[in-house]
Amino acid sequence: MKRDRTPRAVGAALLALLAGGMLLPPWLQFLLTIALAQGLVALSLALLLRAGLLSFGQALYYCLGAYAAGVAGQLWHTGDMVVQMACACAAAALTAWVLGYLLARYRGIYFGLLSLALSMILYGLLVKSEALGSTDGFNIPRPSVLGLHPQESTVRYVVLAVAAVVSAGAALAVHRYLETPLGRLAPAIRDNEIRVEYMGASARAAVHVKYVIAAVLAALGGAIAAATVGHIDPDMAYWTTSGEFVFIAILAGTGSVLAPFLGAIVYGLIHSVAYGLSPNTWQLTLGSALLLVIAFLPEGLWSLGAHRRSPS
Amino acid sequence: MAQLLPVAVDGVVYSAWLFISALGLTLVYGVMRMINITHGSFYALGAYAAAAFTGAWLRAGFPPWSSYGVLLGSAVAVALVIAPLIERGILRRMYGRDEAVVLLATYALFLILEDVIKLVWGVNPYFIAEPYGLLGSFSVGGLSYPVYDLLFVGFAGAAGLVLAVVLQRTRAGKLLLTVIEDPELARAMGIDVGRFYLVTFAVGAVLAAIAGGLTAPTVSVVPGLGVDVIVLSFSVVVIGGLGSLRGAALGALIVGVVRSAAVHYAPQLELFVIYLVMAMVLALRPRGLFGLAEPRRI
Repeated sequence: MKRDRTPRAVGAALLALLAGGMLLPPWLQFLLTIALAQGLVALSLALLLRAGLLSFGQALYYCLGAYAAGVAGQLWHTGDMVVQMACACAAAALTAWVLGYLLARYRGIYFGLLSLALSMILYGLLVKSEALGSTDGFNIPRPSVLGLHPQESTVRYVVLAVAAVVSAGAALAVHRYLETPLGRLAPAIRDNEIRVEYMGASARAAVHVKYVIAAVLAALGGAIAAATVGHIDPDMAYWTTSGEFVFIAILAGTGSVLAPFLGAIVYGLIHSVAYGLSPNTWQLTLGSALLLVIAFLPEGLWSLGAHRRSPS
Repeated sequence: MAQLLPVAVDGVVYSAWLFISALGLTLVYGVMRMINITHGSFYALGAYAAAAFTGAWLRAGFPPWSSYGVLLGSAVAVALVIAPLIERGILRRMYGRDEAVVLLATYALFLILEDVIKLVWGVNPYFIAEPYGLLGSFSVGGLSYPVYDLLFVGFAGAAGLVLAVVLQRTRAGKLLLTVIEDPELARAMGIDVGRFYLVTFAVGAVLAAIAGGLTAPTVSVVPGLGVDVIVLSFSVVVIGGLGSLRGAALGALIVGVVRSAAVHYAPQLELFVIYLVMAMVLALRPRGLFGLAEPRRI
């Protein structure tokens, strides 16, 4: 049997982030934390992509997670990330479980368009909700973890550390899930659904489960992003935000659970370098990068070294 | 009840605008099976070209009545220059790949064009109010409306009719229906499928640019103009059924009237209802009102 290197790679990446993160300048800590948050959402997209489903509305759960975290923080006057993330997961899981009954019936472009519509519904609701700050959104209290209130100087590192631990946990959990019978059903659903049903498995139930897992991952990303930025607004649910996540997922490829996080870091670096060099042409740079990847690396950046690493 | 008339008038005008904006999107999907996000870019390009050229034209002292020609001409011209470049240069290489991949390619092009627009026309807003005010206004039920709004209704009707007649009554239209039915077979029969794709893409782009050009005098033309139009057009097209001309008309009418009713009766629901209708239609009729179900493959 082939030795599974992924858990070790995840562990090494986590250690590197925890140890190296302390030495990094604040802007890089910020960039990495946001990249991990976006990586979680991209991981959720990759999970759906394995079953052939492209969601153009994953910002729904990203935004829902952020708002659940924010509302929890306001209700109980707490910046505790653990409480906030728990609320985000609960809100997303519940919503996705209900919406899943509808969405699990859809495939292809219609799955994407329906998820787009649902995310825009949330956007439309938030924009008009005075109590939640309408278009301005609202601020999140300074993050704390399990009752520990870090100093102003270390708070960025603490958030990064929490994000790293959560991301590593999520990556390992997804990796394990993909090895289960339910997880292995995904490529079969993408290839031929009727055969899946002849085998006695329910494609719809499998998609439903994946959809809920994906929602929870995206909500975790949203809660982390909220704590990192300290502010949330309805644009987190807008379709361009979803587009960014799809961008990252495709840029990275679905070759490994680590790929989405790597993709998010690359995306963050391109974004900030391009924006720093010329604020009016960063989209041009991003768009060109995406076109190049689509044209020359159909399996994403991960495929660059994948055949060398594991001839699977 | 007193509001019923204004709701109807606003609804019809808004529906007409939606129909013009969405027409090209459904045409391109119907023929090329491509969700074309650059549609919003062409809308913005048309608006910018119209605003910039018409503004310059009027400042140069030409008679204001001629501005309508410049408005439309510049919008059409910019689409006719850029659409073939994009189709021939980039999208052509993507055909045959997954629908999602082609969609992403158009998304990448949309990002690129957003910045190209900023590079060419800067980030300051453009205003050209002359063509809007020139036509005066008419009144319905005691409320006055700009006559310019009727241009949308007229153009929507004309564009829909011309497209329907071309598709059903002309040789080119019938050949195009063959291409839609089965591109490979069409190619085997000697039809130049590539050229039909090019023309379809260009016509879709021109329609989007005209929608932008016609809208330019009614708004301030600012960066990000096309971003909202994309999702709105999607909702219209999806409600009607992707690729269906009648569907786009019905979708535009539904969205237009629903939004206008929301604006008058429950303003806080304005944006929300459009997407609610889209989600509800998809929930009840997964392929939209006029969409055809695809057979499941074994």
